[in-house]
Amino acid sequence: MSEEKTDLIDVQINGEWHSFPKGTRMIEACRQVDVEVPHYCYHPKLTSPGNCRMCLVEMGMPPRPRPGEDPPEPDEDGHLPISWIPRPAIACANTIAPNMGIRTESEMTEECRQGVMELLLANHPLDCPICDQAGECSLQEFSVEHGNGESRFREQKVKKPKNVDVGPRIRLDDERCIMCSRCIRFTDEIADDPVLGFTDRGSHTVLTVYPGRELANNYSLNTVDICPVGALTSNDFRFQMRVWFMKETKTIDANCATGCNITVFSRQDKIYRITPRQNNDVNSDWMPDSHRLNYHWIDSEARLTDPLVRDGDKHRQATWQEALAATADKLSGISGEEIAVIASARMTNEELLMVNRLVKHLNAGHVDTVPREGEADGYLISADRNPNTNGVKLVLGLNTPGSQLSAIKEGIAQGRIKALLCLQENLVDDAGFTPDELAKLDFFLTSYPMANPTADVADVVLPGACWAEKTGTMINVTGRLQRLNKAVDGPGQTLEPWEIVRDIIQTTGGGNGIYSATDIFKQLAAEVSEFSGLSWGQIGDLGLQLIETGETIPLLEREKERKEKGLIVG
Amino acid sequence: MSAIYKEGKEPHPKERRIVFKNVDRDGWDTSIAMYESEGGYDQLKKALGMEPGAITDEVKQAGLRGRGGAGFPAGVKWGFLPPNNEKPVYLICNADESEPGTFKDRYIIHQDPHQLIEGMAIACFAVGANLAYIYIREEFPEGAQILEKAIEEAHKKGYLGKNIQGSGFDLEIYVHRGAGAYICGEETGLIESLEGKRPYPRIKPPYFPAAMGLYLCPTIVNNVETLCHVKHILEVGGEEWSKIGKPNNTGTRILCVSGDVKKPGYYEVEVGSVTMGELINDLCGGLKEGRSLKAVIPGGSSAKVLRADEVFTVGRGDDTRDLTIWDIPMDFDTLAACGSMAGSGGVIVIDDSRSISWVLNNINNFYAHESCGQCTPCREGSLWMKKITDRVVAGKASPSDIDTLDSVARNIDGRTICAFGEACSWPTESFIDKFRDELVSDTNPELEEKLLNAESITAAANLG
Amino acid sequence: MSLDIPTELEKEVDERITHYPVSKRSAVLPVLHTLQHHFGFIDEAAIEWTAAKLELEPIKVLEVVTFYPGFRQSAPGKYHVRVCRTLSCAMAGSYELMESICEKTGIDRSGVTHHDPIAVSPDGKFSIEFAECLASCGTGPVCLVNDDFHEAVSDVDGLLEQYK
Repeated sequence: MSEEKTDLIDVQINGEWHSFPKGTRMIEACRQVDVEVPHYCYHPKLTSPGNCRMCLVEMGMPPRPRPGEDPPEPDEDGHLPISWIPRPAIACANTIAPNMGIRTESEMTEECRQGVMELLLANHPLDCPICDQAGECSLQEFSVEHGNGESRFREQKVKKPKNVDVGPRIRLDDERCIMCSRCIRFTDEIADDPVLGFTDRGSHTVLTVYPGRELANNYSLNTVDICPVGALTSNDFRFQMRVWFMKETKTIDANCATGCNITVFSRQDKIYRITPRQNNDVNSDWMPDSHRLNYHWIDSEARLTDPLVRDGDKHRQATWQEALAATADKLSGISGEEIAVIASARMTNEELLMVNRLVKHLNAGHVDTVPREGEADGYLISADRNPNTNGVKLVLGLNTPGSQLSAIKEGIAQGRIKALLCLQENLVDDAGFTPDELAKLDFFLTSYPMANPTADVADVVLPGACWAEKTGTMINVTGRLQRLNKAVDGPGQTLEPWEIVRDIIQTTGGGNGIYSATDIFKQLAAEVSEFSGLSWGQIGDLGLQLIETGETIPLLEREKERKEKGLIVG
Repeated sequence: MSAIYKEGKEPHPKERRIVFKNVDRDGWDTSIAMYESEGGYDQLKKALGMEPGAITDEVKQAGLRGRGGAGFPAGVKWGFLPPNNEKPVYLICNADESEPGTFKDRYIIHQDPHQLIEGMAIACFAVGANLAYIYIREEFPEGAQILEKAIEEAHKKGYLGKNIQGSGFDLEIYVHRGAGAYICGEETGLIESLEGKRPYPRIKPPYFPAAMGLYLCPTIVNNVETLCHVKHILEVGGEEWSKIGKPNNTGTRILCVSGDVKKPGYYEVEVGSVTMGELINDLCGGLKEGRSLKAVIPGGSSAKVLRADEVFTVGRGDDTRDLTIWDIPMDFDTLAACGSMAGSGGVIVIDDSRSISWVLNNINNFYAHESCGQCTPCREGSLWMKKITDRVVAGKASPSDIDTLDSVARNIDGRTICAFGEACSWPTESFIDKFRDELVSDTNPELEEKLLNAESITAAANLG
Repeated sequence: MSLDIPTELEKEVDERITHYPVSKRSAVLPVLHTLQHHFGFIDEAAIEWTAAKLELEPIKVLEVVTFYPGFRQSAPGKYHVRVCRTLSCAMAGSYELMESICEKTGIDRSGVTHHDPIAVSPDGKFSIEFAECLASCGTGPVCLVNDDFHEAVSDVDGLLEQYK
């Protein structure tokens, strides 16, 4: 018997035998074989109080022989008979044991579920029609499966506070709260900001934020995600859109180098909500509020919708052909040594590969990207606020992104650099360039999602898609390759940056034949050694570790520790 | 040494006073001098010369079952401490006495505190605890003071503190006052409370106190009366002590009788030596004039009720016999065989003047008030049951409410984190089992239709 | 909000804290008891003082204060009466005892709710609430007046006479 084999335990679930690693919780064992165990309080990333009782299941163990009695005989597979215990067990906090039996479909289990459901609903308001959680409420879901259909509760429901502002971004309806304590555990165990608690007791127990305090930490909205009912709702999202009307796009956050995995909820090219998507190698189940809510600008009035070309002191709207023709025309008189390209570490690897092509095609003398440094928050936010610095290093070949910017500035001032192509960056606001400096250029092109002071002085302004409007890959702070998926179409004539770069190359006489980001990925796989052999599909929804940077994500490290201590499932 | 008791407080001849020897004694006080004058702390001195394991063996041999409610053998509990343990071990005396109908620890604490402290010190030495707490209910303010004074005295005399009696054994005992919560009688709730948290009982597994108790260290939690017995076991030896009472039901225990009897009070008897009939008629002077027995709750208010005219079949095989309520010997096993429990020894006698609905409603009120609210069935169910019996008592319930009441109880029983689930559901289950007709007779069939539609009755309280 | 804690009181608190060498948090109940004994009830300032003293988030103290009926969050009367409501005392007449005390002290309990269980007499001298089982079921009805225990209470006038 191999060593791994000894750590496996045989457990019978609904009559069938399976093997699981020692220490697996019963609920996780069931999940692994696609047996659903309904639950409210249990969350794999939090401690397990076992309070909701929804996961009660019938459990059995081999019979214990009485003194003098022969031990039971194993069957031909080595399994002992199971003696079913008359008292149900919670599946969430109990770990499996050798020869354990679990029944999730038995009469006892079903009675338990129905009983718990009825009790949970006894004092729960029946306001589903106006509840934001409707459609993704576990109480609603399980009550369909395990509920009685009609209420026997003839009493007055317990009155509790409603519409409580618990923080700047969250509202609480205590009557809907089922006291699972997930939010309290999250603020205690993950966010280190214990401002939530239960007051009073018994059926009168109330989830409370300490008077005068707020649930305001930058991870507060995760409590809304894990609230199994509509007790905690997001001010940003409440009453905006029914969940079942929205399209869900699995993508990644582009606000920093962590690249939190997210789901973008949209309808008709408008984003209504962003939630974290589980990835245990990146962001666990969480994301910062500041990143989650940084999407309202995407459909703002300030978006660029059409290419613009300079016409005297003003810009005028142009077609892509006009703008590109103007670009080709201007560049034709300028030598490669006199051309600088400033790209962005917000660009995907595919876009950066195209930038690389452009640089080579134009023989541009200078290339760099704009670094974006902030403070790491010790949780998920990386000090590097660019999502793809590692892509810049690998694909664009810049060892120290940002190191050429001052030389480019100087070159412009001295007239050595005559043309600047600024792709997806805002040099005035984010890189310390002044409009006067940029005005010295013979030709200045910029692409960007928004109108900005940099664009004001450009000769050609191109509307480039933002992160939510494009497809590609990025490499996060730890070296993980992750997919960005287009959630919504950009406004007006917006193009994805890889398309813009392709078209510039094409109109200036370069090659073509690229029709999609995935095409470029194939070229990446062929040309950049770290990518070699990889396919788009292989990356999957959770990404893959491309390189080892040695960087870690503090929140994940702490979760690992808790997991090792057995406090959480992880 | 024979004791003389205060007039009118003399023990009944059927009693055997061991733990309560000094309760109501004439001339007795709580000072350590008084305690020492009758051999006080001699057993501690003896224990300190023994192997700790040998003390546990004596307690095991004695067969001492916990007097707090569950009746679990104390020596076995001590034996659950993990072998090769390197963490500190704690001992907690559960003096939260809170099961309605139980009032024995009160008298030990108020009148004989040193007996408890000596018992605790011996137990601490046996299990290797150097720090112990007495978790005393808040409603015993004077008791807390008495205990603190006694601890101070014991310190001065070298029975507590560093290097006790030159043995090298250190022990500190502190008094920790609760704040009015029945749930703190549940040992893991008590531990959480002692850690300064809401007393939410812990899930078991994994939090069995003997392995992961106070501060997640091995912890022994024993009842006051249980710990007092430790001293007496050491005095006569486990084997000799085990001859008191009946096999598997050894020792004496204090029965607390309240309700409809002439002489309610506490009676320390050998376990099983008196029957329910003797207890009520002899020790308690019988029922009140002109009254007849309706029911008895034999082990604290959470114990299942026994109806006066029931016939209980107990025993196995050739030993099978039928008992009337009067014949039930007051021991752990027989009361369990009768479908109830000896629990904490609180016997509540109910005569024919009482309305069963009123009694049950009073009990339901208690449990609804005391539910900690941590887990769903008990949190929602205890208040629901109370609200239903509120309506029964008020004449605003229909017969089907009794069925609902029954199924709510059964939806709690066995499905909660701690034994409070049973404590709060057993009264309802057993009252309905045994007194369904009377409960139904307090309901109004004419309300059935009005109550049928749950929405129409959200204002049930307003129904005429 | 600030709390005027006399030196002696703080000394007492500090001494209590030494009873919990493993975790200061364990001292929450004793600290609150000490404060309530001194001030009569636990207000927000007391909660915050306790939290600061024990290096806890104030919510952790509030959670505890509101759980236990033994802690009052509003001022009781000079003499606070707790009448046992539970079965044996109720059988022995504790509801009647409650009524009688209210009548004789002019306390109106009609506004009593789950969240606000205490009623105070118009002169502020007495306050009253029901308590669950005080563990003296053999001598019901029983009550506590501040820290004084009274059993088999039948003479309410005599009882109140002791608290002039």
